[in-house]
Amino acid sequence: MSSAAAKKLRPKYLNLRALLFEIRLPLPGWISILHRVSGALLVFPFAAWLLYMLDHSLASEQSFQAVSAYLDLPLVKAGVLLFVWAYCHHLCAGVRFLLLDLNRGIELVPARRSSLAVLVVSLALTAFFGARLW
Amino acid sequence: MTRTVVGAHYGMRDWLAQRLTAVVMAVYSLVLAVALMRGEPIAYPVWRDLFAQGWMRVATLVFAVSLVWHAWVGARDILMDYVKPDGLRLALQVLTLLLLATYMAWTIQVLWR
Repeated sequence: MSSAAAKKLRPKYLNLRALLFEIRLPLPGWISILHRVSGALLVFPFAAWLLYMLDHSLASEQSFQAVSAYLDLPLVKAGVLLFVWAYCHHLCAGVRFLLLDLNRGIELVPARRSSLAVLVVSLALTAFFGARLW
Repeated sequence: MTRTVVGAHYGMRDWLAQRLTAVVMAVYSLVLAVALMRGEPIAYPVWRDLFAQGWMRVATLVFAVSLVWHAWVGARDILMDYVKPDGLRLALQVLTLLLLATYMAWTIQVLWR
């Protein structure tokens, strides 16, 4: 055994410092944890928020106009933009996971490449919808 | 009779349901996004008439059912991974189910008012 390996402390316990600064997650790992984070955000609060807006937008002409005006507020637009990113990321990462389930791109290099594609495509889609929003 | 507490197939139905509901939601999202992004901003009569169509209501209902099913599998996975105390995890799972049931009832109310 080399001396470098022998010096490593075992067992190694996880703590916040280790999670933030010591453990370097590879890109597919980031895609995976962001898939969870975006999924959780979509369930709550975004699903409730969208359902609330759908409810009011269909109730009457006046409440439809009220929702339109509400969606013009900068803070609301920022919230919509975060929703759009969460949706696009969750969708793109989900498609990638489906392909991985079908044994497509499971080698290290294609898996890293496709995770980069997920990140780039979902951010590009967010930028596209954001541009339409403003 | 021996009871196996670990083994294959236990999560198979959830696993498959999560993927099938994902495909349903992806198709609905893409069709709706393309339909809504084509022209200028949607006026109220167009929006109201869209959700007055029977097929749109059924499609949206199917989307909502897919969403709560998919969300339940995902939320359960997250809670099983990160929340270790059994009582707290059970409480959070019950809260999740109540939230999803509320979404379902609310969706039906919005679609068939």
